[in-house]
Parts: sequence; C-alpha cells; structure tokens
Amino acid sequence: MSFAFDVVELGSVDHPEIGEQAPDFTRPLVNEEYWEDTALSELTDEGPVVLVFHTMDGDFPATYIWQEIRNRGWNEYDAEIVGLSISSPYEHSRFLEEWGMEAFRLFSDPQNRVAERYGISHELDGMAGLEEPRPAVFVIDKDRTIQNGWVATEWPEFPPYDDIEAAIEEL
Amino acid sequence: MTDPEITVYRLQACPYCERVIRVLNDLELSYRSRFVEPRHSRRDAVKRLTGSRTVPAIVDERTGVTMSESANIVEYLETTYGSTNSDPAVASATAGGESE
Repeated sequence: MSFAFDVVELGSVDHPEIGEQAPDFTRPLVNEEYWEDTALSELTDEGPVVLVFHTMDGDFPATYIWQEIRNRGWNEYDAEIVGLSISSPYEHSRFLEEWGMEAFRLFSDPQNRVAERYGISHELDGMAGLEEPRPAVFVIDKDRTIQNGWVATEWPEFPPYDDIEAAIEEL
Repeated sequence: MTDPEITVYRLQACPYCERVIRVLNDLELSYRSRFVEPRHSRRDAVKRLTGSRTVPAIVDERTGVTMSESANIVEYLETTYGSTNSDPAVASATAGGESE
C-alpha cells in the first residue's frame, strides 16, 4: 500500500513464527448476544482459527479491516474468524452491531497481555499508558500450529487479505 | 478443560445475579458465566431460553432444568445440591416441577 506521505515504521517485534504453536490464552469472547470466558484452545479443538489482532474498535483501521473481512465473506470458511482488541466487551458488542458483524466473535483484552505474549504490543503515542496489539493475523490449525501469519510493520498497514485467504483455503 | 454443566446468564453488578453466584460458590458448584447487557432489547439469548429477558437465569445440563428468578434458582440449587440432599436426580424432578 502506498501513501502520499511517510508512514510510521514500527520497530521490530519477536512474534511466534509459522510452524510454532500459537500461545494459548483465555479471555471474554463476545458475540452479538453475550460474552463468556473462552480459551483459544477451545476454539482450535473445534477446527482451524484465524486470529485477527486489531486496533481499538472505534478507530479507522479496525473498521476498515473488519468491513473488508465481512465483505469478503470470511465467515463462510471452515475456520472460525475471531478478533482481539483492547476494547471492552461492551464496545465489542456495539462494534459487532454497528458494522453488521454478527457472524464473528471478538476477544476482549483491555490489559493487552495477549499481545504482549504474542510479542506484538504497540505503545500508542499521545495516549499515556495505552498499549494495544499492532494489527496482525495468525492462521492457526486445529493442533494450534501457526500455518500462516502477518504482522504490521508500518502504521497504518493492512493485512494481505488475498495471501491469508489462500492460507485458509490450504488448511 | 471440563465444561461446567451449569451456565449462568448474568448482568455485571446485578445483586440478584450475585446472590445466585454466592450460592453456587457456597455449594462448590462449577459454572460458566455468560454476561448480557443492561438493555432488555439485547437479551434475546436469555428470552429464547426462559421465555423472559430477566437475569439471572441458569441452565443446568445435568438435570435439564432452565430457570429464572433468583429466589427460584437459589431454592433449586439448595434443594438439588445442598448437603441435606445427596440425590440430585430426585431433588431436581421436584424443583423442576415447581418452576414451571
């Protein structure tokens, strides 16, 4: 993606690589009706999972990424597409409703510990004390092995949707 | 992880819900929590289960009981799982009947 101005380069990160096991975690998982503590491993026990780390629910990268995923119909895949941001369950609930994303579920991690474990934490300039995941997508199989992935290196930067779709189709 | 057989639909900081949680803890029963929102219009999941949008509501897969109203739930839990009754199947038949 090219911009008519310089985008911010993000520093290097040490995230899980393809072929490694995705770190497990438990957080409230929000659907259109309620939220419930859920482990990533509970989801992978049921089948492949695409874990989409995104920015706060109200900002434009989050809305761009989720509209694109919704419009591409990723919910039709035999993989569960789940998001994760630092937004609270109440915000997730609004976000799902506002953008017609009832086919998806979102993890809530206000303390950003999951992004820290995945090595993709992003300190927000001008918002003291706030950190969130940098945008990232992990395609995880039912053994919780990472089969494909992408982590933003610029701010903003958007996922390579076609590559990720190809990886999901190969699962 | 073993899935708890009791699911509680609850609202954050709702005293009636906390009452049910206290009893579940006193009886050392494991449960899963599903949090709904204050607006009644957003509680269709609960309505589909119990016919009403009020919380707390519980689903007990062990006995097949679905129930709302904290007083009913507390009575059901204590009757079914309290130390005075060691046979859940017998007690639940009674409690389930009363809730209908």
